Amino acid sequence: MNDMRLTKQDVDMQDVKISAKGVQVFYGDTHAIKDVDVEIKDKTVTAFIGPSGCGKSTFLRCLNRMNDTIDICRVEGSIQLDGENIYDKRVDPVQLRAKVGMVFQKPNPFPKSIYDNIAYGPRIHGLAKNKADLDEIVEKSLRRGAIWNEVKDRLHAPGTGLSGGQQQRLCIARAVATEPEVLLMDEPCSALDPIATAQVEELIDELRANYSVVIVTHSMQQAARVSQRTAFFHLGNLVEYGETGTIFTNPTDPRTESYITGRIG
Amino acid sequence: MSLADANTPAPSAAPKSSILTTDARTKKRNRAEARFKAYGIGAIVLGLAFLAALLVSIIGNGIPAYTQTFVTVPVYLDPAVVDKQGNRDPAEMAKTTTFGYAPLIQNAFATEVSQNGITTDMAPKKLADILSASATGQVRQTVLDDPELVGQTVEFRLLASSRVDGYLKGRVTREALARDKNLDAAHLDIIDTLRTAGVVNRTWNWDFIFGADASESRPEQAGIGVSMVGSLFMMLVVLVLSLPIGVATSIYLEEFAPKNRWTDIIEVNISNLAAVPSIVFGILGLAVFIQFGHLPKSAPLVGGLVLTLMTLPTIIISTRAALSAVPPSIRDAALGIGASKMQSVFHHVLPLAMPGILTGTIIGLAQALGETAPLLLIGMVGYIASNMPDGIAAGFMAPNSAMPAQIYEWAKRADPAYYERAWGGIIILLLFLMTMNIIAVILRRRFERRW
Repeated sequence: MNDMRLTKQDVDMQDVKISAKGVQVFYGDTHAIKDVDVEIKDKTVTAFIGPSGCGKSTFLRCLNRMNDTIDICRVEGSIQLDGENIYDKRVDPVQLRAKVGMVFQKPNPFPKSIYDNIAYGPRIHGLAKNKADLDEIVEKSLRRGAIWNEVKDRLHAPGTGLSGGQQQRLCIARAVATEPEVLLMDEPCSALDPIATAQVEELIDELRANYSVVIVTHSMQQAARVSQRTAFFHLGNLVEYGETGTIFTNPTDPRTESYITGRIG
Repeated sequence: MSLADANTPAPSAAPKSSILTTDARTKKRNRAEARFKAYGIGAIVLGLAFLAALLVSIIGNGIPAYTQTFVTVPVYLDPAVVDKQGNRDPAEMAKTTTFGYAPLIQNAFATEVSQNGITTDMAPKKLADILSASATGQVRQTVLDDPELVGQTVEFRLLASSRVDGYLKGRVTREALARDKNLDAAHLDIIDTLRTAGVVNRTWNWDFIFGADASESRPEQAGIGVSMVGSLFMMLVVLVLSLPIGVATSIYLEEFAPKNRWTDIIEVNISNLAAVPSIVFGILGLAVFIQFGHLPKSAPLVGGLVLTLMTLPTIIISTRAALSAVPPSIRDAALGIGASKMQSVFHHVLPLAMPGILTGTIIGLAQALGETAPLLLIGMVGYIASNMPDGIAAGFMAPNSAMPAQIYEWAKRADPAYYERAWGGIIILLLFLMTMNIIAVILRRRFERRW
């Protein structure tokens, strides 16, 4: 993948999946996210980039209300998933998270078998009617996670016994097993070696066919490689948001240019 | 300075130091380290020495309690004494008290003595001081249990008195008997002869382990069995109450409760409760369960409730530590795929915390098992546990003692024969504690997931 491809990446005008308006996030007295407006499109990989502490992970965690688990965190503004406000009082975050799956920075498989790792989500959501159904979901998810061939002979071996890259693909497979509509990834490759990273990136590209993927990354190369749209965060502000090709080759904001050329961050 | 210059080593004024010789500072640091290691080893050696001394003294003092001196005497169960009506009716026969049996046994023993070629001018009554005061009760009970024995000569294995037992165990000497009005030196001569004849012998005494406590004057009869049952029922109460309450409290506080001033206060208070002297829990139990709740005094149920209060902080603290040791990424993983808070806790966090919880619980139980002070105030110390509880309900509600209370009671009694039994009881208590700790280790190993 070279830079020449960037501008040629076709960005189909997809439907808007998530629309955030005027989002403010406070951690106690700290104003972590300042008035962010973003529209995330369906069947697209959207990358959030920016220096450490700029709020990109915080914003990502707002999209499936994972911030609810932090007592001192307060979110204002509206975030709509398919036109429904996810911060509405009637929304149960547990139901929301089944629709908006999440993959974390550090691979975190359950200390259970590979099979049980994948089957857990479908089980608690009642997606499988019987054992055969569940077997099918597990196989399908592991195939989507691009890890089926490596683990098909040892489905009942512990998930924690896999290598780091395999564990992360297992976690992605686990996230897609619940049939989410959006997949959030918080620096999914930061704990992986380059080979595993390449495998995961390839996987992300394939996932785009079915899901809206939002990925937070520290690596601008990674953002350039996998995403169609990129948002640049700086000090809690959304500085620039647009097509990845444009952001990396012709940014409008001087701060974006400084960051991608390595002068701030 | 050019790059080439920078690469040439600068000539140093001081002689170049060699790593083959140790400099003064390093030597000093090494000496400090060696000293520290020596202190550590010293501390461990000292600790082990104390442990060894403790074990040696406990075992040395306690083992004699497990053997007891018995006298084998054939007793003719004279119908004229034991069954005056002659109809073999246990209800009628029960009218003959142990006093009635005394002459039978005294005469039988005197006969046994003379048959072994001993001539003595002691009256049979005086001679029978060699036997335990419980001997009459033992013979009477045997007769009442089996009236068919009346009229026969039955060989009884009667307990010797505690002085005789002490003589065989080397605790009672001839000099000491000069000041003792229970037994004379002449008795000891008879015992020596009977011992060679095999009439008096010292054997393993199951009654010490499974038997009941006896009155102060009959140490030879006392056993720890009934108070062991009392402890067992107490531990059941403690386990059934403190494990679910403690674990539920910990889960709520650790996983669900908001972090605010109130939960901080609760947290501090739980930690403080763990350090509250146990006698305070005893007086609380007295006030709440006995005076206010009108539960029976000295009952294992009340003892168990008091010990539950005492054990809860231990269980809560260790459970919370085990829960917080579970990596947060596991909780995130579960929440991230749409598990509810409760599902993430019960499906993922709790199983991982299980080994820690079980260990904490068993340590708490072991602590409760050895606790004496709170039992003082609810009347379990000082209660003579002389009867096995009659059924499960009575096991909880009927007055009983507990193992540590029993040991305390024995240690308190004047007769030196009880001193030995106190040590013997401690051996059993320690065996229980060791067993519980071993179970804790095994459970830990079993439940610990290495992956």
